Amino acid sequence: MLVLDHISKTFNPGTVNEKSALRDVSLSLEDGDFATIVGSNGAGKSTMFNAITGAFYVDQGSVILDGEDITFEKEYVRSKVIGHLFQDPLKGTAPHMTIEENMALAYLRASTANHAYFSRISASDKKKFREQLACLDMGLEDRMKQPVGLLSGGQRQALTLLMATMVTPKILLLDEHTAALDPATAEKVLKLTRQIVAERKITCLMVTHNMHQALELGNRTLMMHAGHIVFDVQGEQRNKMTVEDLLEQFSLHAGSDLDNDRILLSKDEN
Amino acid sequence: MGSIFTVSILQSALELGCIYALVALALFISFTILNIADLSTDGCFTLGCAVCAMVTLAGHPVLGLLAATAAGICSGFVTAFLQTRMGVESILAGIIVNTGLYTINIAVMGFASNVNLFSCNTIFTIAREKLGGTWYKLAVILIIVLVIGALVALFLNTKLGLSIRATGDNVDMVRASSINPAFTITVGLCVANALTGLSGGILAQYQRSCDINLGTGMVTIALASLIIGETLIGKGSMFKRIIGVILGSCLYRFIVAVALRLNVPAESLKLVSAVIVAIAIAFPYLKKKAVFEKNKRKIMAERRKTASGREEK
Repeated sequence: MLVLDHISKTFNPGTVNEKSALRDVSLSLEDGDFATIVGSNGAGKSTMFNAITGAFYVDQGSVILDGEDITFEKEYVRSKVIGHLFQDPLKGTAPHMTIEENMALAYLRASTANHAYFSRISASDKKKFREQLACLDMGLEDRMKQPVGLLSGGQRQALTLLMATMVTPKILLLDEHTAALDPATAEKVLKLTRQIVAERKITCLMVTHNMHQALELGNRTLMMHAGHIVFDVQGEQRNKMTVEDLLEQFSLHAGSDLDNDRILLSKDEN
Repeated sequence: MGSIFTVSILQSALELGCIYALVALALFISFTILNIADLSTDGCFTLGCAVCAMVTLAGHPVLGLLAATAAGICSGFVTAFLQTRMGVESILAGIIVNTGLYTINIAVMGFASNVNLFSCNTIFTIAREKLGGTWYKLAVILIIVLVIGALVALFLNTKLGLSIRATGDNVDMVRASSINPAFTITVGLCVANALTGLSGGILAQYQRSCDINLGTGMVTIALASLIIGETLIGKGSMFKRIIGVILGSCLYRFIVAVALRLNVPAESLKLVSAVIVAIAIAFPYLKKKAVFEKNKRKIMAERRKTASGREEK
């Protein structure tokens, strides 16, 4: 369970570049919730994710994960229980290391003992990685000794997803993780995401610019604007919603900012 | 030409090459793997040399090598501490430590600028008694370098080693895997500088003296060896790359030895080194460019041929 309790974040305070990215945001996610987030560029979606992962500390409020106050916990400590995927497929993997080595690093999160650091990748580790790669159905299980830099963007993103969920995280943050992929690959990665999240009942937050996706995926939809969560819908009300309804809500809250090309485009697509 | 490539030249080039290979290995860890330009290498090398000289002078040659390694670790720790806990830029941290080490090195040598070890036992005098012959020095150095090289290769394949490699490759990914990059950088720099210190220590016993200016330009030389090795062997497994670094170092020493044989005055040696380094670094780039130009010319020639063929028709 994730609770954001009145969090605020201002970048470059006191300068001409002052930017209030999060303003008194509160959110409570139940275990197993899968919420999609929409909002124009600069609405604070990624900032909210970074506040959860600890890329920076919030100015006010607190971040509580599974009953534990992690507001001032260091980023690398939190990451033990948080999975984070970015739009850029290059961000989640080390390009000059092999698939196997990348997975071994992700799997380090599972071990608590210090002596694990001096162990090498064992045969049972390799077998486990192989089985998991086979689930991706991309033929990666036969390329485990190849550097990740040789993989395509879609393959890298699928691998990153696998690595982020290798040890079931308490929360999975997906920041437009299919936006940089071609439609067919994006569909495949999305299908995988859905499958993994459903199978292991992972609590999940996903940013998307596709209004159709925002309603179709998960059980809850949030809308952000200018550092606020302006709209929050779930249950019966959400089931009845159409893309047009959502766009209407969007123009209601965002007003003049609606001329966001990508959102208009996604309306045409569907 | 026969007089240039004598056995004794080859022998001393191999000996020095293997000793300096440890510094090249240190840079392999800090520069290639961690992607950090550790400029404390010069001072750290002299530190290892000075510490080892003093301990050897007190009658403990083997302990001297261990002390030199330990001194290297301390130096690496300070460099890493400045970078990871004090917010000092990595290049600056190296320069600061390097500057500070000058005074420390002089102090270690009892505020003298050089120390001689002519009257005491070293690991080489011990080896001469045990092994005899003329190759005993190379045997000792080779064993040390091969053992250290194998250990480094094994270490870089442990999960801690993987974490260190990932830190230089994608630091965000390291943080996301719940590993503290400050920790991996610290361990990496400590290991790297341990090798530098050990290398200095072996050199002190090899040439039976230590001089305060011994380490000057060491980072350039080690970098040259590293790049020659990478050019020779290319990318591959850790073992292969480490062998490449050792070979690169030996080849570099061999080139220098040949240059000396060709009556290049000793004062010009630094310039010769700089030229070798520049060539070694430029070589892979120029080679790629040459291949491209060749292809381009071939394709253009073919196009001209078909174009003129069409005109004739």
